[in-house]
Amino acid sequence: MTANAPGAPVVRLTGVSKAFGATGSSSTTPTVALSNISLDIQRGEFVSLIGPSGCGKSTLLRLVGDLTEPTGGTVQVNGKPAGQARLDRDYGMVFQSPTLFDWRTVEENVRLPLELFGYDNAARAERTSEMLELVRLTDFARHRPYQLSGGMQQRVAIARALAFSPSLLLMDEPFGALDEMTRERMNSEVLSIWARTGITVIFVTHSIPEAVFLSSRVAVMSARPGRITRVVDVDLPRPRGLETRESTAYFSFITEVREALRAGQGTETDLASVERTAAEGLIG
Amino acid sequence: MDAVRRYLPAALILVGVLVAWEVSVQVSQVQGFILPAPSAIWAALAENWTEGYAILPAARVTLFEAMGGLVLGTVLGVITAFVVSRFPASRDTVLPLAIAINAIPIIAFAPVANNWFGILSPLSKMAIAAALVYFPIMINVLRGLTQVEESALELMRSYAAGPAAVTRQVRVPNALPFFLTGLKVATTLSLIGAVVGEYFGGLSATLGRVVVAAASELRFDVTWAAILIVSLGGIALYLGVVVLERLLIPWHPSVRGERPA
Amino acid sequence: MTAGTAAGSPRLSRRRRLTFFLLFIVGLVALWEGTKLLGGDPYRIDGEVVWTPPIDIGMASDVNMPHFWVIFERLFKPLTSGAEQTLAGYLFDQALYTLRSAFIGFTLGGLLGIGLAVAFVHFGLIERAFVPYVVASQTIPIIALAPLIVYLVGQNVTSVVIVATYLSFFPVTIAMLRGLRSPDPRALELMRSYAASRRAVLWKLRFPASLPYLMTALKITATASIVGAIVGEGSGSLQAGLGRALVFFSQQYTVAPEKLWGAILFSSAVGIVCFGLVRLVELRVVRARPGEEPG
Repeated sequence: MTANAPGAPVVRLTGVSKAFGATGSSSTTPTVALSNISLDIQRGEFVSLIGPSGCGKSTLLRLVGDLTEPTGGTVQVNGKPAGQARLDRDYGMVFQSPTLFDWRTVEENVRLPLELFGYDNAARAERTSEMLELVRLTDFARHRPYQLSGGMQQRVAIARALAFSPSLLLMDEPFGALDEMTRERMNSEVLSIWARTGITVIFVTHSIPEAVFLSSRVAVMSARPGRITRVVDVDLPRPRGLETRESTAYFSFITEVREALRAGQGTETDLASVERTAAEGLIG
Repeated sequence: MDAVRRYLPAALILVGVLVAWEVSVQVSQVQGFILPAPSAIWAALAENWTEGYAILPAARVTLFEAMGGLVLGTVLGVITAFVVSRFPASRDTVLPLAIAINAIPIIAFAPVANNWFGILSPLSKMAIAAALVYFPIMINVLRGLTQVEESALELMRSYAAGPAAVTRQVRVPNALPFFLTGLKVATTLSLIGAVVGEYFGGLSATLGRVVVAAASELRFDVTWAAILIVSLGGIALYLGVVVLERLLIPWHPSVRGERPA
Repeated sequence: MTAGTAAGSPRLSRRRRLTFFLLFIVGLVALWEGTKLLGGDPYRIDGEVVWTPPIDIGMASDVNMPHFWVIFERLFKPLTSGAEQTLAGYLFDQALYTLRSAFIGFTLGGLLGIGLAVAFVHFGLIERAFVPYVVASQTIPIIALAPLIVYLVGQNVTSVVIVATYLSFFPVTIAMLRGLRSPDPRALELMRSYAASRRAVLWKLRFPASLPYLMTALKITATASIVGAIVGEGSGSLQAGLGRALVFFSQQYTVAPEKLWGAILFSSAVGIVCFGLVRLVELRVVRARPGEEPG
């Protein structure tokens, strides 16, 4: 499915920009969501996109997934245009809401892409049970989505996204709706899945601690029009666990990311807001 | 115990109304003429079940006509909905036609249909029933096919799924609750369509004709007995759809109840 | 471009939609005349037969299906010989009259339907007691019930409105029952966690969720209320309304079928207009699918 030269980046963004309302209706002035984004993502990397609300990080992810088209620049996935990569089913996507089908059981939901892609019955059954095991939901195979908690539903969504073994996983604030405890647990789950499958992951979030904990690199975006102001290499040792969350290196990376974020938003001299963000860092 | 709780209120109302009705007829003579007491209606029903006005055989024929019309109208409605959802441009051509058909009042359409298809033919009554059934089914299925969550469509797009797959995997299951809503309305309409058609002329062994015949002979107890049977038939059909709901869409919040399992 | 088709999209230009609508009218006329061409009565000019249709379709005769130009012509001739008004003018007045009753019935029926559904959703006892009778009410053929209503209430507009309301409330009740119950129980739990009152849940969660269902039902109700008003008018001896016109003209069917068809045309047109009005409201009220959004 992927015809990419070894060593070549899985995702290559070159001068990508996206403006809304640029064509057609004359009543709206174009909103420039993204401006001149360039980024390479290598095989097996875990890259987070972080930025203030409205900075275009979700849009960027959707550009990679060919769910929308750039108004400037190019998006290459596995050496192909993003559109072709989508047709070749190179990536799996997990959205903010699990988007499971109410009328299907858990295992039927996981099976959905396999049915669409023409896997035979035996292969479907095998992959589905493998995926459910991966997200540790084997006992809930026959349940229906409404019987599961939010975290469990997202796990099903992840299982579904990985069912057809894509080389790339796109995640758009998948744990945004979950509580802190569940979120930390899901972070560890994602990391263990990532370690086991060797998949490349692009992860959108607005949580600094989450981005630092998960990623090899964190791309920090500015407020609209979104630009990548800084890419932070997170050199924390793997595997990462509870000890990581308590290490000084972890906190210093969080600070680094936070400062890059503030730089992207313009200078803040207000003492109250400085204190606020410092407090956030301590809790996170 | 649960069943008692479920059915007791309705049963109480029924008993209450019947008693009040019976009593008020004893008191007022005039009302008893046009609207006889329940006891009189019951007696007329028993007497004319298979003899006299022969309500039971008549009911069978009317039900047959209604069912034929229901199937016909449903099939046409579903097909139309699929076509319009697949080709949105056709919406402005097809929808006015459907509304036009629906807006023709039955008292105008019935004589015309009888003329077209033959006054004695069951087909004319089926046509009338179908005309009533078509619109609720079509409009509900169309809504169900098109009113799909954007995120579900995006998911399918991420799978590079074609329109046929999207229709099969997303639109159709989504449309099922809407379809059943429409069916609830349609089943009762199909019976009414058949009966009203018979009103204007048809085989004598039909409920509509029984009503007309009995009314012309001032046997209002029989007319109401026949109307009662029509009503019971409609209720039975409606309950049939309710059962269908539990079978087909047990996952829908409106069916599974509001307590999360 | 997302592959989705949502209710009401893609937005065709107004001109194209008008074209499609005209095409529809033309198509309808073509279908009508085409059937007559194929299986109707022989065509004559000055008494001479110029075309004999090849097959025999009973319903395509000139009595059952007058030529559309005959119907059209008749609309612009006087109502009866010596009358001041044209048939079209007369029907237009009757249509307005019927529309008034129908509109009241529509509104009352809608309110009643919503009210019943709200009551049913909040009070299980009431639901269990009355839903069977709500359903049963619709199984009684209105054509049997209308004369009774006229007898009880009198030969006036009120009885017509009652009949219109009677036909209008049921689709709304059923749709609202489904719609009010359609929110995810999780969302309901969320509201409960806010100690939200039942009224708040109703207004903030249930009503918005039920809007699509309501709009669909109102489209059905729009035409149902007109049919109800017409049946109500036809059942009494009211001196006005499309119902009266229809009854009157159907009695003259064998002599002058074009009049009945003219009346049917007007009834349909009224129905289409009402439906269009509801659709306009729907477009305002139910949010159109958002276009691509930054985020």
